[in-house]
Amino acid sequence: MIEALQFEFMQNALMAGLLASLICGIMGTLVIVNRIVFLSGGIAHAAYGGIGLAFFFGWPYLVGTIGFSPIMALLMAAVTLKAKHRSDTIIGVLWAVGMAIGIILIDLSPGYNVDLMSYLFGSILTVPDSDIWLMLGIAVTINCVVTNFYTDYLALSYDEEFAQIRGVHVKALYFLLIALLAVSVVMIIRMVGLILVIALLTIPPYIVEKYSTSLIKMMIFSSMLSAIFTVCGLWISFTFNITSGAAIILVAGTGFVVSLAMERILPKISRRAPGMLEE
Amino acid sequence: MSQSIIKIRDLNFSYNGQHVLRDVDLEVAAGDFMAMIGPNGGGKTTLLKLMLGLLPADRGRILILGKPPKEVSHRIGYVPQDVHINKDFPVSVLDVVLMGKLSPRRGWSRHSKNDRVSAFQALEKVEMADFYERRIGELSGGQLQRVFVARALVTEPDLLFLDEPTASIDTKGQREFYVLLKQLNQTITIIVVSHDLMVVSGYVKSVACVNQRLHYHGHAELTGEMIELMYHCTAEEVCPVEMIAHGVPHRVLHTHEKE
Repeated sequence: MIEALQFEFMQNALMAGLLASLICGIMGTLVIVNRIVFLSGGIAHAAYGGIGLAFFFGWPYLVGTIGFSPIMALLMAAVTLKAKHRSDTIIGVLWAVGMAIGIILIDLSPGYNVDLMSYLFGSILTVPDSDIWLMLGIAVTINCVVTNFYTDYLALSYDEEFAQIRGVHVKALYFLLIALLAVSVVMIIRMVGLILVIALLTIPPYIVEKYSTSLIKMMIFSSMLSAIFTVCGLWISFTFNITSGAAIILVAGTGFVVSLAMERILPKISRRAPGMLEE
Repeated sequence: MSQSIIKIRDLNFSYNGQHVLRDVDLEVAAGDFMAMIGPNGGGKTTLLKLMLGLLPADRGRILILGKPPKEVSHRIGYVPQDVHINKDFPVSVLDVVLMGKLSPRRGWSRHSKNDRVSAFQALEKVEMADFYERRIGELSGGQLQRVFVARALVTEPDLLFLDEPTASIDTKGQREFYVLLKQLNQTITIIVVSHDLMVVSGYVKSVACVNQRLHYHGHAELTGEMIELMYHCTAEEVCPVEMIAHGVPHRVLHTHEKE
């Protein structure tokens, strides 16, 4: 690993991976406790529409995606608030339509063929410096927002109605959360790909949830675990010359299985309510 | 004492085209201890949520403390029916109670030391202080219910709404619970939703029967009329089947004899 770090692209990859871990640790925790994993999946897939727009009109990548994704995300969020019992269907529709728009626009774009694989698994080994700075900016913004509204997010995630009665601006904070999620997802897709975003958003927070006594600890533990998965995955990818995104996901997946096994063998350590897995 | 703390006029609410509440009028005086009874699906919880500003009325007017519910909801302590939401949530008992200290005017999202002290005192009042560090998922239903009461009390409410608060407490615990409520009623107006008339009746000052329409009874006696409203038939008809099943008439009569 140390020798690998002599290469600038490896330094950048490591930096990008650690920043992605930090962002996913915080946002993933909020995604898990608010049960909006499906919504996150929808955002990540619909983002392809933004990529298509960018290619078709010849805009820079980020203009297309950062313009398109939050709009789709907020549309999905509005639907979840309005018609809760139908939200999964409508997210599914937007999910599919977003991707289809992207693919058709790329088909229609003259003389340029974007690699779908790089959208799925990203290209963490070719991350430019400018993206790292942008990512750092997003990480700092998310940190500020979540620190500032921590007790409000805690209350609205735990018991939305009670939070509303207490005068917490539940809707505004929910839309802010979704907007931040959309921007984070778009940024991280560029670096590590769609599949890894979903994996990093869900696997580490789910594993640490049962060992955390507070939301903030869950965020910190998730970020740390993500970082461990990312570093291990990068090392494996470098050593065995395999796709880095997929390597990171396999490490995370292995961690997930190990944690489930531990939950069975050492049920006392786990604070998750019994019978959870049977449900 | 006789000042109205809740005024509801001509309230209508429907959900998916079905009437849930029709032409509801209600006035609750400050200091009241009102039981809201009625069959499941009769609209009790809906009425509470309308009074909390969580649902918009189709027609009619609700004034709580002289203002629309949304403006004053932070002065109402609310103990919801379903305390088992999010049992896996990583949050401690004390942090749940501290949610009662959130207020619309607070800027920076931090709890002061005073907040912690009053949260702890609220836990002592419901005898849950020893559990303050526990994770919420480790508590039993009855313990959780008491934590939720502490969360409502820490808001220093003028009004306390409890939705089926004794659903997961045993009979002895229920009696103790209502003794606590009676004590709180010295300073707070209380509305408790219950389908369980037997424990309620000894402590409440008035009863509202809710089954789409609302009938208010200024005294806590249970009449045949109330039973009729609740179960859609007369007391005589209903007694052999429903009442034995619910255990209602016998214990109600018992209470009346005592009085």
